[in-house]
Amino acid sequence: MALMRVTSPHAHGPLTTRQVMLQVLLATAPGVLVLTSFFGFGTLVNIAFAALLAVAFEALALRLRRRPLGFYLGDCSALVTAVLLGIALPPYSPWWLIGVGIAAAILMAKHLYGGMGYNPFNPAMVGYVVLLISFPVQMTSWAPPHSAGAVPGLVDALRACFDPSGYDGATMATPLDVMKQNHSLLVEDLWAQNPQFGRWAGAGWEWANLAFLAGGLWLLYRRIFTWHAPVAMLAVLALMAAIFYDNGSSASGGSPLFHLLSGATMLGAFFIVTDPVTSAVSVRGRLVYGALIGLLVYLIRVFGNYPDAVAFAVLIMNFAAPFIDQYTQPRTYGHAGTGGDS
Amino acid sequence: MRKIHDFHGGIHPPENKLQSLGSPVRDAGIPAQLVLPLAQHIGAPAVPLVNVGDRVLKGQKIADAAGAVSAGLHAPTSGTIAAIESRQVAHPSGFSAPCIVIDCDGEDRWAELPAPVRFEELDSETILARIREAGIAGMGGAGFPAAVKLGLRPGTRIETLIINGTECEPYITADDVLMRERAPEIVRGAQILARLVQPGETVIGVEDNKPEAIQALRAAAEGSDIQIAVFPTKYPSGGEKQLIEILTGKQVPSGGLPADIGVVCQNVGTTVAVRAAVEEGRPLISRITTVTGEAVSQPQNFEVLIGTPMSHLLQLAGYDAGKNRRLVMGGPMMGFTVPDPGVPIVKTTNCILAPTEAELPSPPPAQACIRCGLCAQACPASLLPQQLYWFARGREFEKAEMHNLFDCIECGACSYVCPSNIPLVQYYRAAKAEVLQLRRDAEKAEHSRLRFEARQERLEREEAEKEARRIARKKAAEEKARLAAESGGGEIDPVQAAIERAKAKKAAQAAGAGTGESDQEKLEKAVVTTRERLAKAEEKLATARSEGSEHIAALETGVEKTRAKLAAAEKALGDYQVQHPGNGENDEPATGDAAQAAIQRAMAARAAEASKSPLEKARDNLEKLEARLAKSEARLAEGRAAGEEDKIIEALESSVERLKERAAAARAELEAQEAG
Repeated sequence: MALMRVTSPHAHGPLTTRQVMLQVLLATAPGVLVLTSFFGFGTLVNIAFAALLAVAFEALALRLRRRPLGFYLGDCSALVTAVLLGIALPPYSPWWLIGVGIAAAILMAKHLYGGMGYNPFNPAMVGYVVLLISFPVQMTSWAPPHSAGAVPGLVDALRACFDPSGYDGATMATPLDVMKQNHSLLVEDLWAQNPQFGRWAGAGWEWANLAFLAGGLWLLYRRIFTWHAPVAMLAVLALMAAIFYDNGSSASGGSPLFHLLSGATMLGAFFIVTDPVTSAVSVRGRLVYGALIGLLVYLIRVFGNYPDAVAFAVLIMNFAAPFIDQYTQPRTYGHAGTGGDS
Repeated sequence: MRKIHDFHGGIHPPENKLQSLGSPVRDAGIPAQLVLPLAQHIGAPAVPLVNVGDRVLKGQKIADAAGAVSAGLHAPTSGTIAAIESRQVAHPSGFSAPCIVIDCDGEDRWAELPAPVRFEELDSETILARIREAGIAGMGGAGFPAAVKLGLRPGTRIETLIINGTECEPYITADDVLMRERAPEIVRGAQILARLVQPGETVIGVEDNKPEAIQALRAAAEGSDIQIAVFPTKYPSGGEKQLIEILTGKQVPSGGLPADIGVVCQNVGTTVAVRAAVEEGRPLISRITTVTGEAVSQPQNFEVLIGTPMSHLLQLAGYDAGKNRRLVMGGPMMGFTVPDPGVPIVKTTNCILAPTEAELPSPPPAQACIRCGLCAQACPASLLPQQLYWFARGREFEKAEMHNLFDCIECGACSYVCPSNIPLVQYYRAAKAEVLQLRRDAEKAEHSRLRFEARQERLEREEAEKEARRIARKKAAEEKARLAAESGGGEIDPVQAAIERAKAKKAAQAAGAGTGESDQEKLEKAVVTTRERLAKAEEKLATARSEGSEHIAALETGVEKTRAKLAAAEKALGDYQVQHPGNGENDEPATGDAAQAAIQRAMAARAAEASKSPLEKARDNLEKLEARLAKSEARLAEGRAAGEEDKIIEALESSVERLKERAAAARAELEAQEAG
């Protein structure tokens, strides 16, 4: 038998891309469980149907591009996109909404750009924004938490998805929405008058955010990503909220804690901003990238037209990532600034 | 306690060192044949000093260093030179290279060695000479000739001498056992090196995964001023640049040498070889090599003669070829695969790794890069491997260079951690090679451009000089005429004279039946004018000689040329007179007829020309040009053969070139005609 000719290194570390993706999926579990416990089975049905469609669309795209199915489907990246979009969509979304979102994410944002690793924009966020712009009504009606009314069961959830015309579920403005629309009440009074506000940032929301934070910290511990981008984003978001808090007046944008635990903050910080493909690459680059996302999130939430802003902020910064890379190259060993006399 | 610094990145692959540490170093014995590549080091290959059939003794020099950066070669045992030829060697390229092959006689008879001395008794020049003479090349892996590193530029001040006992690559234990078993020699060698470079301090650096080696070194260094520095195990802390940063906190400037920041670094194996060379006069003819991997049943370290085939060692270690799919020289991170177990051990071979497929699996197909950044976290040079990968793949070499491609030390940490199994190092090697090739090409192109521009400039300058001389001559002639007019015939008006001359000319022309001068007159005139020019030129040359002018050479050429022209003109006249005897008597009718005939000839030619198709014209034109070109080339060849002066050759060359261009144009024209 002829000896193999390969170049070094001959040893390889244990981590594979598939494992990275599977760990990310696992890390979303606490958040999904909390969302389900507060808002019912809607999110789970979203995720399940989105995952099914994502794999189907991915297979279709791979077939059209004449790529081996097993090899590329095995990286599980389509599942990650599906789960993130499924979490981001309002619970009890109709099937066609999920279908359009996944099609935009997998076919347009991912495969039209060359597939895994070549997409400049986060696929899940592209799917989300396409839906938000095209179907604002469906996209801004979030289910009430069970503290504010009865939560539908699994059968109702499935009906809501696959027979939307026959389903009439209750919806309610999210705390971010209420905060945005408020121009007359003190923050204190807002809390007193709206059942959807929980202890700090909204019933269900605050716990879901804490659960996603926990999942994110676990990924950090597993060294799936570095702390730089998420911490920068959260820090700047909190800083902006603190600057504009205004002591809870009627013009207030909400407290730092409110912003940290509201909407998609933690999901965004640990599962979207950390998407390596579409973010800046160097340590300094990721700090800048995360910080600017935090800034944009606050600006759009408080001064913009949309109640939440993670998707827009991430997509805008996806544009800027190559530019940030250009100016945040790390200092290479032996280059200027060393004690050398070269 | 010395302050230990950290370097960026690094990885912790499984060490796999225990397997080969079970037994002491074993002598691999003398194989039947040794194959010694002439290039076992960085620099110029050695030059053989022996011939096929020569008997050589152990330690006898068989090849000499070629130039400053090179290393000699010595017979590792006694025997006969069997061949000096190209053999397959251990090189990443898999190419063959010239080798000296020795048939060993098994007697292992030493050549005469100098009497053992203590280095304290020798002066630095002798020490350095002995190291150079012993053919010592860095034994850590790169194989840089040791003497070159130690022969510092005058004025270089060395702060720290580092003896590298890190051995950070997994599997390899050659330096570990060397430090365990020969610590006193290492310390002694370090003192010799310190004597040469006069450092402020001498440090032996060892990773903390070698407690026995550390203990042995500490014991041996007891009472000396040599420090033993222990630092955490992390790959690639044994890389020269990384080790320097760990021990001094300083970074070697990009493109610079450790000596630039006052550091000299030598491997422990090299240090031992230096001691043997200096104190015992023993050249580098053997080394310690680890043989390990699950495809050998008894992984261990061998003291092996340089040139021993790998297969000899593998056999001693219980090699099972059936289990082994790749054979690596070096470690699993930076080693390279060899095409055949028959390739010889060289001075830099620290390890032979024979893994099973389960142990080091074949690389799976690469997936897409997801820019996860694990590579950037692992890179000890603080590069952005994922960006370099894009640039290398997209052939954006300029960007790759801007991202410091050439600071990559090819340690393999990035490929090791890559979850998508991308062979990153391979991309960087290919990109580096390509950039170097492009640079060489660009240099060549630039060279050609400069040559072309210089030539253009020279031609223009010559043209301008000619023009200037022509104007000067004209002025001189006018001046002369003016003076002559003023002094000689003051009453004669120059204008009048010119009119007279013109009238005379006209009359002569009329006499010549309006066709101008007769052929003979022309020829005669040519002879006369040429003679005049020759006289003038000779006069000028004489003045130039007397004044020692710098134009003598040019003037000489001119005189030669004119002389040749005169000879040609005289010959032409002679020929004419032979052909037309008595022409002088009945000049007029002949010229008249001749003129008439010439006119008719010209008209006929024109008519013929007009009747020709463009295609024929083009063909004729090409034929003519090609004939002229052939002639010119023949003249050029003659000129070259005769060793003509450069100027003449150049002139001929340029005319040949011009003709070539015109011929090419004509050919294109012909082709166009044919196509049309």
